[in-house]
Amino acid sequence: MAELAFFIDYSRCIGCRACVQACEECDTHRGRSMIHLEVIERDDSVQTAPQVCMHCKDPICARVCPADAIKQTPDGVTQSALKPRCIGCSNCVVACPFGVPRYYADIDQMMKCDYCYDRTSVGKRPMCATVCPSQALAFTTLEEIQRTRRGKPVARFTFGEEAVETKVFVVVPEGTRDLRPSLVQIGAGSEREAPHPSYDVADLLEQT
Amino acid sequence: MARLPVPVVDLVKRFGPHAQREPAGGWSTRGEPDRLVKTHCCFCGQQCGIQLKVKADKVIGFEPWEDFPFNQGKLCPKGVKRYLQDASPDRLLSPLERVEGEGFREIAWDAALDRVAGEIRRIQGQHGPDAFAVLTGASLTNEKAYLMGKFARVAVRTANIDYNGRLCMVSAGAASKKVFGIDRSANPWSDIPKAEAILVAGSNVAECAPITTEYLWQARENGAKLIVLDPRLTPIARTVDLFIPVRPGGDIGVFNAMLHVMIERGWIDRRFLAEHTTGWETVEETVRRYTPEVGARIAGVPPALIVKAAEIWGPAHSSFLLHARGIEHHTKGVENCLAALNIVLATGRIGREGCGYAMITGQGNGQGAREQGQKCDQLPGSRDIENPEHRRTIAEVWGVPEPSIPRKGLSAVPLVEAIHDGRIKGLLLICFNPMVSLPDQRFVGEALERLEHFTVIDFFLSETAHFADVVLPGSLMEEDEGTTTNVEGRVIHHRRAVPPPAGAREDWRIICDLAARLGAGDKFAYRDTRAIFEELRVASRGGISDYSGITWERIDAEKGVFWPCPSIDHPGTPRLYEGPRFGHPDGKAHLHAVEWRPAAEEPDQEYPVILTTGRVVAHYLSGTQTRRIGGLVDQTPEPYCEIHPRLAARHGIAKDDFVKVESRRGAVIVRALVTTTIRPDTVFVPYHWPLTRAANRCTNRAIDPVSNIPEFKVCAVRLSRAERPDDAIARLAPEAGGVR
Repeated sequence: MAELAFFIDYSRCIGCRACVQACEECDTHRGRSMIHLEVIERDDSVQTAPQVCMHCKDPICARVCPADAIKQTPDGVTQSALKPRCIGCSNCVVACPFGVPRYYADIDQMMKCDYCYDRTSVGKRPMCATVCPSQALAFTTLEEIQRTRRGKPVARFTFGEEAVETKVFVVVPEGTRDLRPSLVQIGAGSEREAPHPSYDVADLLEQT
Repeated sequence: MARLPVPVVDLVKRFGPHAQREPAGGWSTRGEPDRLVKTHCCFCGQQCGIQLKVKADKVIGFEPWEDFPFNQGKLCPKGVKRYLQDASPDRLLSPLERVEGEGFREIAWDAALDRVAGEIRRIQGQHGPDAFAVLTGASLTNEKAYLMGKFARVAVRTANIDYNGRLCMVSAGAASKKVFGIDRSANPWSDIPKAEAILVAGSNVAECAPITTEYLWQARENGAKLIVLDPRLTPIARTVDLFIPVRPGGDIGVFNAMLHVMIERGWIDRRFLAEHTTGWETVEETVRRYTPEVGARIAGVPPALIVKAAEIWGPAHSSFLLHARGIEHHTKGVENCLAALNIVLATGRIGREGCGYAMITGQGNGQGAREQGQKCDQLPGSRDIENPEHRRTIAEVWGVPEPSIPRKGLSAVPLVEAIHDGRIKGLLLICFNPMVSLPDQRFVGEALERLEHFTVIDFFLSETAHFADVVLPGSLMEEDEGTTTNVEGRVIHHRRAVPPPAGAREDWRIICDLAARLGAGDKFAYRDTRAIFEELRVASRGGISDYSGITWERIDAEKGVFWPCPSIDHPGTPRLYEGPRFGHPDGKAHLHAVEWRPAAEEPDQEYPVILTTGRVVAHYLSGTQTRRIGGLVDQTPEPYCEIHPRLAARHGIAKDDFVKVESRRGAVIVRALVTTTIRPDTVFVPYHWPLTRAANRCTNRAIDPVSNIPEFKVCAVRLSRAERPDDAIARLAPEAGGVR
C-alpha cells in the first residue's frame, strides 16, 4: 500500500473549526487543541486557514532549541518539547516559519501538532483530517490527490534565502511554480500591497 | 397557569444552560472505552455516521466512522462535541411541577402522568377535543414521529398536532409534491460530484450542512462550475465561479430571468418538456416578461450576473440544484422553490446520474419526521388526512373506526395564535423550543402564558419549558434505539449507546404511559421501538414514502436503505424519477408559473433595513443542546449583527459596538460584526439564543399560504448604536442569553 501523507488545501477551508474541536479530543491532547485555524481578515473576507505542523525535514524549531528538547521520530514527525527538557524559552515559537509551536505557561511546556502520532503510528488517520468536512485537510496517498484534485501538491517553501522541505504537502493552484511566502503584517498597511481579491459585496453589486 | 413561577434568572441558575467542557470524569481519567457504538450524529439532516465511545454506561468521546458512505468519517464541530451533552449537569432526572414563587418541585412519575392525563381530559371535557394541542419536533426518530401522530389522533383525539418542521422543510416539501408528486430530494449525494453545473440557492452549506462541502468541492475538481445565490458571501461563496448576492426575497427575479435567457439562447429541452411535463407554456409565457433587467431589479443585483448564471446553467450536460431555507423561509417560500425547479425541468436534467436536485434538510430527522404523520394535515406514509382512502388504510392499521380519526388541524403558527386567542387551552410539547425558534417572541410568550395547562417533555429545561406546569424528563438520541431518514432519503439506524440516566425515561415509554391513562393502552402496547417500526412499515405500505421493505437488519447490512422500498427484495430507490417517470398519476412533472411578489414586510422609511436570520456552524436550532456544550459555546458564545461597513457608518456603529436591531415587534441588542461580506441593505443575526438575545423577537409571524412556513428571512428593522446592556439577563452567561 502506498504511503499515506498529509495535504492542506487552503482554498477548500470553510472555517468550521471541526479540526480544532477534534484535535482536543485526541486522547493524548486532553482538551488542548494543537491545530491553529486562522481567520485571515474577517472585516473583509470569510477566508480562514488551518495550520498543522508542516513537519520540516530539518526542523528549525529543533535546531534553535537550546535545551535540545524537540525531537524528530525516525519517520520524520517533529514532536512537542520533552517536558523534562523544555525550559519555556519560546525560541521555537519565534523561529517556526509556519507559526506552529505554542508555549503554554500553565504547564511550562511547548506543545505542537504531532501528526496525531498516537493514531498515525498505528495506521489510523489524524483526527483533524479525518473529520474535516471540506477535506481542506486530507490524509491520503499522493496518487489519490493527483488523481482527484486539480491543484498541485507542494512540499518545498522558500522563505527569503532559506528553502524548507516539509513532510506535509500544501495543494496549490495548477501552474504555481514555487512557493515564496512573504510576511504581511495585518493592520500595518503592508497588507494593501499583497494580492487581495475583493470580497466586498457592495463592489459586486456595482458591477455592470 | 403557564407563567414563569420565579424570575428567569433563578431558573437559569438551577437548570442552566451550563456549558459542559469536559467528558464525564474529566480529561485525565477518560481512559479506554468499553465499546464503540456505530450510530449517527443527532444534529442536522446530514445525519453523519459516528462511533460513540462508551465506558461504564457513559458516553465519553467519539471515534470517526470512516466506513459509513455518506460522510466517511467527516464531522462538523457539533458532531465532534455532541458526546459532551451526556455529561451535562443540567440533565432533568425527575418529573417536575410548577410551584408559584418557588420554581419547580420534583414529583413522582405516576403522579405526574396522572396529572397530565387528567388535565387533557378536563380541558377536552370543558372545551372540546381540539382545545388540547400537541406540538412535536423533527429531531425525533421515525418511530417517535409515528408514535406522536398516532398518540394525538388515537389517544388524545385532537386534530391539533403539528411539528417544528413547519419552520424548516415545508416550503421545499410542498413545492416538491406539487411538481413531482413526491416530497424527497430527488438524488443521492453521490450524484453531486458528477454534475457539470451546480446551483446552490439559499444555503450556507459551510455552516448548515458542512459535510456537503466536500461533495461540492469534488464536483469542482471534476470541472464543475458552481453558482451560489445568497445575500451573504458565505464560506462556500468565497471561491465559487459565480456568487450572486441576491436581495433577501428576490430569488424569483434570478430564476425567472435565468429561464428567460435560456429560452432566448435555445438552452431548453423542448422534447423532454413536451413528453414528460405539463404547464411549460404558461411558464414560458410568464418568464417572457422577466428580462435580465427586470429580474435584476427584483433581485437587487446587476443583470450581468443573471446572464452569467444562465450561461453556466443553460448549456451544461449535467446539473444539480441544491436549495435550502434561504429561499424557503418566505411568505412566497413555495413559489421560490417552484421557480427554482422550473430551471431544472426546463433543461430535462433530472432522473439521471449527475442530474437532479435536492432540498437540504435542516433538522436531524427533517425528512423522516415529515412522513410519519405528525403534521397537522398528514397520516403515516406521507398520506393525506383528508383523503378518504388514506384515512381508511390508516384506520385499519390503527384498529380504530375511520370517523374517529380527526380531520386536518392547525399548523404551528396558527396553532400558537389559537392559544393566544383562547381557542386552545392545553398543550403537550416535545422536541420543540418555540421560545427561541418561533417568530415574534413576545407574541409566543403571551400565548404560552394563557394556557390552562402546559406539559413539556424534554431532557433539559428549555426556555419554553420555563412556562410549563409539568415537565417530564425524556431521553437523548443516544439513549434510545430507532431510525431516521437523512437528507438523501436514506433510512438509517440510531443505536442505543447508553440507557437514560436514573429518573429519566425513553420518550416513547412516556407517550405510551400517557396513552394508557387516556384509555388507549391497547393501541400503544409496544414492547420496544422495533415494534413501533414494524407497525410503521405496515402503515407506510402503498404510501408515497413506502418503508415496508426496510428492516433494521437491512439498514445495518446495507448502511442505509432509500425509500420507497416496497418489498424485502426491493433494492431501495437512491435516485427518484429515472425513466423519467414522476410521482404524479400521469407520470409527468407539473411545472408552475410563478410571479414575484414582495415580502409581507418590506423595508420602509421607518424601518429601512432588511433583517435576515439563520444558523452558525457551532449551534443547532434553538440551542437547547449546543448551548450546553462547552467547545461549541466557546466557538460562538453569543449572537451578533453582521453589517456592511457602509451601513454601519451611517449609524455610527463600529466593530464590536453593541447594536440595537429593532422591528415593529421587538428588539435585540447584540455586538456588531462589521464586514464587507454582506449586502449593505441587509443585516444578519443568527437565531440560536433566547430571551433578549433572541433574533426572533424581531421576526415576522407572517406565513406562506401553502406551506405555512414563517418569513424568517425578511423583516424590516431599524438600527442604532447601543450601550452595553447591563440588566439581569445580560449578566447571565452568554449561553443563557447574556453578553460576554
